[in-house]
Amino acid sequence: MSQQFTGSDRYVATEDLQMAVNAAATLQRPLLIKGEPGTGKTMLAEEVAAAMDMPLLSWHIKSTTKAQQGLYEYDAVSRLRDSQLGDEKVHDIKNYIRKGMLWQAFESDQQVVLLIDEIDKADIEFPNDLLVELDRMLFTVYETGQTIEAKHRPIIIITSNNEKELPDAFLRRCFFHYINFPDKETMKQIVAVHYPDLQKQLLNAALETFFELREVSGLRKKPSTSELIDWIKLLVADDISPEVLQGKNIKEAIPPLYGALLKNEQDVHMLQKLAFMMRRDG
Amino acid sequence: MLIDFFYTVKKAGVPVSTKELLLLHEALAAEVAFGSADAFYQLAKLCMVKDEKHFDKFDVAFGHFFHGLEMIEDIESFLIPHDWLSPDWVKNLSEEDKKKIEALGGLDKLMETLKKRLEEQQKRHQGGNKWVGTGGTSPFGNSGYNPEGIRIGGQSQHQRAVKVWEKRQFKNLDDSVEIGTRSIKMALKKLRKFARTGAADELDLDDTIRSTANNAGLLDLKMRPEKHNAAKLLIFFDVGGSMDWHIQLCEELFSAVKTEFKHLEYFYFHNCIYENLWRDNHRRWKENINTWDVIHTYPKDYHVVIVGDAAMSPYEISHPYGSVEHMNEEPGRMWLQRVLETWEQAIWLNPVNEDHWRYTHSTQMIHQLMGGRMFPLTLAGLEAGIKCLSK
Repeated sequence: MSQQFTGSDRYVATEDLQMAVNAAATLQRPLLIKGEPGTGKTMLAEEVAAAMDMPLLSWHIKSTTKAQQGLYEYDAVSRLRDSQLGDEKVHDIKNYIRKGMLWQAFESDQQVVLLIDEIDKADIEFPNDLLVELDRMLFTVYETGQTIEAKHRPIIIITSNNEKELPDAFLRRCFFHYINFPDKETMKQIVAVHYPDLQKQLLNAALETFFELREVSGLRKKPSTSELIDWIKLLVADDISPEVLQGKNIKEAIPPLYGALLKNEQDVHMLQKLAFMMRRDG
Repeated sequence: MLIDFFYTVKKAGVPVSTKELLLLHEALAAEVAFGSADAFYQLAKLCMVKDEKHFDKFDVAFGHFFHGLEMIEDIESFLIPHDWLSPDWVKNLSEEDKKKIEALGGLDKLMETLKKRLEEQQKRHQGGNKWVGTGGTSPFGNSGYNPEGIRIGGQSQHQRAVKVWEKRQFKNLDDSVEIGTRSIKMALKKLRKFARTGAADELDLDDTIRSTANNAGLLDLKMRPEKHNAAKLLIFFDVGGSMDWHIQLCEELFSAVKTEFKHLEYFYFHNCIYENLWRDNHRRWKENINTWDVIHTYPKDYHVVIVGDAAMSPYEISHPYGSVEHMNEEPGRMWLQRVLETWEQAIWLNPVNEDHWRYTHSTQMIHQLMGGRMFPLTLAGLEAGIKCLSK
């Protein structure tokens, strides 16, 4: 293994995350990443690719995605159409086989990073259909009898939002890492990476408010890192001074531009109600 | 050495196989981690645990194997954890604990008492049943007989160097504890039964091809109705009395169920099902529905879920006129049997911790009446229940 992944100037990776990436790269096994939405699961693959100077191939999974689509697809309909039009292409079946992301990753001349994004969105059998392909990194094209084997085993990063449980056999073949919600120190680093010349006071005040908001019990969707970054962007754009945020209990005063933090109508209502009750009691 | 470690982890309930052990050795041989215990901890976790719900078990096993969990040393430096203020932990209490809490003057009083004790207490304490400490039966403290909900942990003000695995920050990811609307929905999905009913507005490709071929190549489009979830659900909720402790859990279940099923009917009862049920808890005395009407209205293909803590006087189940609220001519048992005879697919979900069921006589009676189909209202219990329903 040539390089060690240590995060980048745009992405803060905790020590255990670095170890997970490096272990996956060294032992050439897929790395399964889980964590709260907005903790940078998808971004990780981009950053690993950038840091290790490898191309990134992303395969975004939808509920209708089939495992076969990652390998290749045989376009029978265009072949049928071409046959009726008397096209010369029709004699070679290879012309109608479209390469999927895994094929592209396998045949690449240099090692690549392959992102399989949100694997839990697919059908419950999906991961099982990829077991051998991910383990041995080879597959056969039935139509042509060709065997595709990885020239360089790609670094495979798989993300999941936990909507479906993944089968044991699949899990056994992966490294697993759970991205924990960043603590205050890590969060400071993360924000600093995005906004290097942010006023220290504003940052502290904003973080204070943010973590306080996450503590409010009963929120349906707790704000996450990406929401915090958006919110700070707005605070800076609106030139809001740190004093506005400082020294106020979250339950007494709703933070300015809260729309960036709370994405759920019920959560906003709840906060307003809390604020109203606190004012009345106080 | 790693063999013993492997078995400690396995014994703690983390699903590990030989493959994980070999992987760990392979990673160690490749020198992914070396030197510190922290690095080894991270690597071992990475290789052996494949789901965050097992993190806590792993942390415990790791701590046990390498150090033995250190007990809390200076109690003064611990704060009351934030989640005490939310009602979540209440559901983990047993009946006796609730009574104790009431005997102590209710929750607010209890918190006050705790604070006072913390102030009074100067030294670390172990055993006994009054002081805050470890291993006792006082309502406060760590790893004692009392429920884990009121465990004193939280963060140290003095930044005592706590090892990562000792923090046990994944404690609440264990799925036998946490249950939320979303996870309930995921569990309910397994009850889906797809059926095609209604207007034919979807292209049936297979049939179109077949009939086009039959038609000698002339296109003959065939349509079919869209797929819908056809599972039907009938829910009976126990409300009031001892169920107040579980109200949040029941609300979550209810809101998940409401969005997941198109054919959903729900009714309330108190303690046990009798001749009357109601739809609106505010007007339960005015707008009653006769249970016979319910039995006659909904066909056999409904799945029945009864949600209740099954904690009541045994006479409510076994004897006529046993109800605490009204004069019932027939015992609760009769009504429950009628319900079970009408709808074969029925389960009882009990929000009370499964370990405490055997202490309540009525819970046992109902468990028996249900033919063992009583499940705890946790994710694991719900999944088992749904599995039983969809048989």
